[in-house]
Amino acid sequence: MSTSPPPFSGPPRDTARLELSGITKRYPSVVANDGIHLKVAPGEIHAVLGENGAGKSTLMKIIYGAVQADAGQIQWNGREVVIANPAEARRLGIGMVFQHFSLFETLTVVENIALALDEPFDLKGLAERVSEVSQRYGLPLDPQRLVHSLSVGERQRVEIVRCLLQAPQLLILDEPTSVLTPPAVQKLFETLRRLSSEGVSILYISHKLHEIQSLCHSATVMRGGKVTGTATPSQETPASLARMMIGRELPVCAVPAFAGEATPVLSVRGLSHTPDDPFGTALKDIALEVRRGEILGIAGISGNGQAELLAALSGETTGPASTVSLAGTPVGHLDAGRRRKQGLAFVPEERLGRGAVPPMSLADNATLSAHGQGLVKHGLLRPKAAWAFAKTCIERFDVRCGGPGAAARSLSGGNLQKFIVGREIMQKPIAMVVAQPTWGVDVGAAAFLRQTLIDLSREGVAILVISEELEELFEICDRIAVLAEGRLSDAVPKAQTNAEKIGMQMSGLFADAHATDREPDHAAA
Amino acid sequence: MLEHLIPVLAGTLAAATPLIFAGLGELVAERTGVINLGVEGMMLIGAVAGFAAAAHSGSGALAGLPAGAIGGAMAALIFAVLSLSMAANQAACGLALTIFGIGLSAFIGQHYVSYSLPGLPPLDIPGLSEIPVLGPVLFHQDAVTYLGLLSFAGVWWVLKRTRLGLILKAVGEAPDAAHAIGYPVIAIRYAATLFGGAMAGIGGAYLSTVYTPLWVQNMVAGRGWIAVALVVFAAWNPTRLLLGAWLFGGVTILQFHAQGLGIALPVQLLAALPYLATVVVLVLISRDKRLLQLNLPASLGKPWMP
Amino acid sequence: MPLLEARPTPSTSMRLLAPLIAIGLTLAVGSLLFLSLGKSPVEAFGVFFIQPLSSGNGWSELMVKAGPLILIAQGLAIGFRARIYNIGAEGQLIMGALAGGGVAIAFDGVDAWWVLPLMVIAGAIGGALWGAIPALLRTRFNAQETLTTLMLAYVATFALSYMVNGPWRDPEGMNFPQSILFGDPALFTPWFEGMRVNASLLIAAFASLAFWFFTSRSFLAYQLTVGGLAPAAARYAGFSADRTVWLSLVLSGLTAGLAGVGEVAGPVGQLNLNISPGYGFAAIIVAYLGRLNAIGIVLAGLLMALLYLGGEAAQVALQLPAAITGLFQGMLLFFLLGADVFVDYRLKPRPKPAYA
Repeated sequence: MSTSPPPFSGPPRDTARLELSGITKRYPSVVANDGIHLKVAPGEIHAVLGENGAGKSTLMKIIYGAVQADAGQIQWNGREVVIANPAEARRLGIGMVFQHFSLFETLTVVENIALALDEPFDLKGLAERVSEVSQRYGLPLDPQRLVHSLSVGERQRVEIVRCLLQAPQLLILDEPTSVLTPPAVQKLFETLRRLSSEGVSILYISHKLHEIQSLCHSATVMRGGKVTGTATPSQETPASLARMMIGRELPVCAVPAFAGEATPVLSVRGLSHTPDDPFGTALKDIALEVRRGEILGIAGISGNGQAELLAALSGETTGPASTVSLAGTPVGHLDAGRRRKQGLAFVPEERLGRGAVPPMSLADNATLSAHGQGLVKHGLLRPKAAWAFAKTCIERFDVRCGGPGAAARSLSGGNLQKFIVGREIMQKPIAMVVAQPTWGVDVGAAAFLRQTLIDLSREGVAILVISEELEELFEICDRIAVLAEGRLSDAVPKAQTNAEKIGMQMSGLFADAHATDREPDHAAA
Repeated sequence: MLEHLIPVLAGTLAAATPLIFAGLGELVAERTGVINLGVEGMMLIGAVAGFAAAAHSGSGALAGLPAGAIGGAMAALIFAVLSLSMAANQAACGLALTIFGIGLSAFIGQHYVSYSLPGLPPLDIPGLSEIPVLGPVLFHQDAVTYLGLLSFAGVWWVLKRTRLGLILKAVGEAPDAAHAIGYPVIAIRYAATLFGGAMAGIGGAYLSTVYTPLWVQNMVAGRGWIAVALVVFAAWNPTRLLLGAWLFGGVTILQFHAQGLGIALPVQLLAALPYLATVVVLVLISRDKRLLQLNLPASLGKPWMP
Repeated sequence: MPLLEARPTPSTSMRLLAPLIAIGLTLAVGSLLFLSLGKSPVEAFGVFFIQPLSSGNGWSELMVKAGPLILIAQGLAIGFRARIYNIGAEGQLIMGALAGGGVAIAFDGVDAWWVLPLMVIAGAIGGALWGAIPALLRTRFNAQETLTTLMLAYVATFALSYMVNGPWRDPEGMNFPQSILFGDPALFTPWFEGMRVNASLLIAAFASLAFWFFTSRSFLAYQLTVGGLAPAAARYAGFSADRTVWLSLVLSGLTAGLAGVGEVAGPVGQLNLNISPGYGFAAIIVAYLGRLNAIGIVLAGLLMALLYLGGEAAQVALQLPAAITGLFQGMLLFFLLGADVFVDYRLKPRPKPAYA
């Protein structure tokens, strides 16, 4: 990933493709964009860099016409334009690949594409063009397949091909690599460089510094809704870009060694499960073991069995008793409440609606999972105890909110995650399962959460972390395994592996064991 | 036996007609993610609007059906404002619409109690109605029954063959994605909901101006709810809906022909059969979670705002 | 452009104000309706809301109607909290009445103190069992309870019709579809001479207290609420979804069954086809109007009972159709749902003029 971008002979290739000046967008509680200026030349790959909540996504939605700015101008090829809606943007030649895909699961690839094109309805002719374009750009796709049967990487191809069919002059990609394995990232970059050489401008939204350095010609850095600088990424270091992005040094976690005895706490043996959900992934013969004092990381792209594995671990789905055991006791048949009583804590990926009830207060949300901590007696609620519990949690874990009476949905993602993690830790678990610990969380809260998990493990708790962020796993975990297509690789000590090897496994190319019965599949590519 | 069966089969088609209209309308609305439990209320409002128009204009069903469609659509509009523009709970709004419809239709309808209309004569399709057995069953029906079958064909064609059908499905599947690529989700849902209301209204007006052209309070008698159940039974597929409507038409008509067919059961049990059959059919279809999940519009019943 | 935006925290004051706003709007539209019918709104509302309460008997009738409404709504509210929609309480009421009435008919002529308690128990069981069927169908076969409860309500009316036309028809009733008149041991004794209010009201009062305690203090009710607000959070916490369904439907069936016995052993005094003027459906509105809160439901039940009485009075004094009660009920629920939106949302302020 160290190849630097080819030289770029812009911008003075006549007028800018896109020029924003003074773009401002206010929401009731926040100014998402505050006087943004941005300029992209034809054929330029331009990064928009910033952490979660910096206002990148809002800015892109304004360019794509999905959101209207309160103030400011947009110049397109030297002409001032008003982009009233996405159809208008597409007519101008702007295409967008969304972070959370705008695809329809139960429709076919070609039907999905037809929906976004403003042209006569002819599925047959379109299917041929889809095949042709997808081959030309090295993005193989079967137009007749249903989207729900595609891997995440293939879905992204559908989005890209959908844009390419409209011969765009500007392509916007919003965090495109968050769902891709490292080899797939490289393939995507090849496609993007090719488009750039054909004169297509690209706006590349990301918070991943090394990707921007290897791909982009120039960068605009945003923080708190404002532009904090522009840069040529190849002439910067990750540290200098990070400083521009978060306004200070990137926090680093302290990872001490564990002094105690590393006995196994949470173990899974021979876990296979086919979910009821027809869009789900079946788990195939999963085995793992998490010991006292360690963090075991599970890498992989969501949709490869992550949700099913989490449900099987938490007890939301149950199976044979022997498949999951906790400190030697079989618990595979127990539901979530009973496993919690045995000392298993769980932090789900979906904070609002799963980890917390959105309209309920934090005090009431404490009762959700911590009712065993004296918050319920003889079947009756003890509101004062719940209030006190929530208050302690808020203070101990630095949750910024309006107090125990604040509704869960009024908290920012990072603060709600701190509350949920804190609530679970305060139940003194012997093992804890955490899904996507820092998803959508700002850098400060993410660092706090990571350090909290490390410290907890060093107190002797066995922790399992499932995350899409490889860098995060390498920072906090002791051992790492990969979940791909419902199979789990053996966990390897962090020092014995690297991002490249993990990336290969994420593509489903297990070096060992069950490689034999694998179809030459499109999964996770 | 055959001479008993022909009127049963012919009656089945007519009895299925209100279910076909109301069911198709609800099916289209649900495809876009809107579950409207107010079908019973919309049918009642359509029935009373249709009856009033037919009675005052003197032109019978010709005035009754359009008036029923308008009445049903107006009722659906109240539901749409609350549940779509204001994102109120769809299940509760549908219930409210049914309660309101029962009250409103009774209120207006009491002017027409024991007032009767001429109804519609059967329309023979030239040539075809001469065919033995099939002729009298299929081609000796009132015009609205044919219209119901045409509506089925139209809805089937739009859903399966056109871009509009694709858009309706897309909105019900993932409103966020549809919005992101530029479709006016709320407007599309409004249109589908109003279509559902108009179709339910036609179904109701058919009951009051053609099927039993006499005003009786609460005359829809649960058919709106059966239509909602039929949509689930059909797994959101119009062809299955048509078959389901015929099945229920047959069960409904049975009580009137039981004697001729030599069935000796208490009349109340026969009258309860359509409702019992609905429960049985719901149980049978709902057991197959996979089938339902594969076809269920993913956003069904979930409030959505841009 | 949407006009509404989500509030960060639900508004408590709006939750309490919403029913008042809904009542106000219903009265306003009602006034227009009366005007269009050529009646003076002031006079009409006098007939509707004042006249019924101007006599002791009026208050007695208010209690007679409020009792079953409150009782059923208390049960329904439990399920509605969990978003389990039992809309067939009318059927459970009928089955309760049939079970209780069956006891009365079986022990006709037996002069013993236990006949009435036995009827009450039978009614509770009858209603609970009729509610248990949809619970079984939902938990075992995943069939939507909304539709099954309602379909079973229709079935219940036919069952009642069959019984009073067949096995239980009064042999001396001139072929009317009705049972024998129950004897005194099978009837609640009226409290006051010439009035119908009786001890069955105590059942509603006791149930209200019990439900108030249950919903405000118990962990079980908390679990139901979580199941309604965020089903995934309930699964995460390990709260049983099946238990929620069973509890909701059996409890609401039970209270509806009790209400059914209260009718046949009280004001009706026999089994016939008119044992309920739609209490099972009106109780849905009572539950929502009372904010699914036990105390609120008592107030809402009284209001709804008054609406019934007012409808009857308007029929006599103003020659208005009785159906006007149903119309008011529907409007009230619509306005309530509309006002309720503002618990979680507020109007979006107009965008400030853009500066360029």
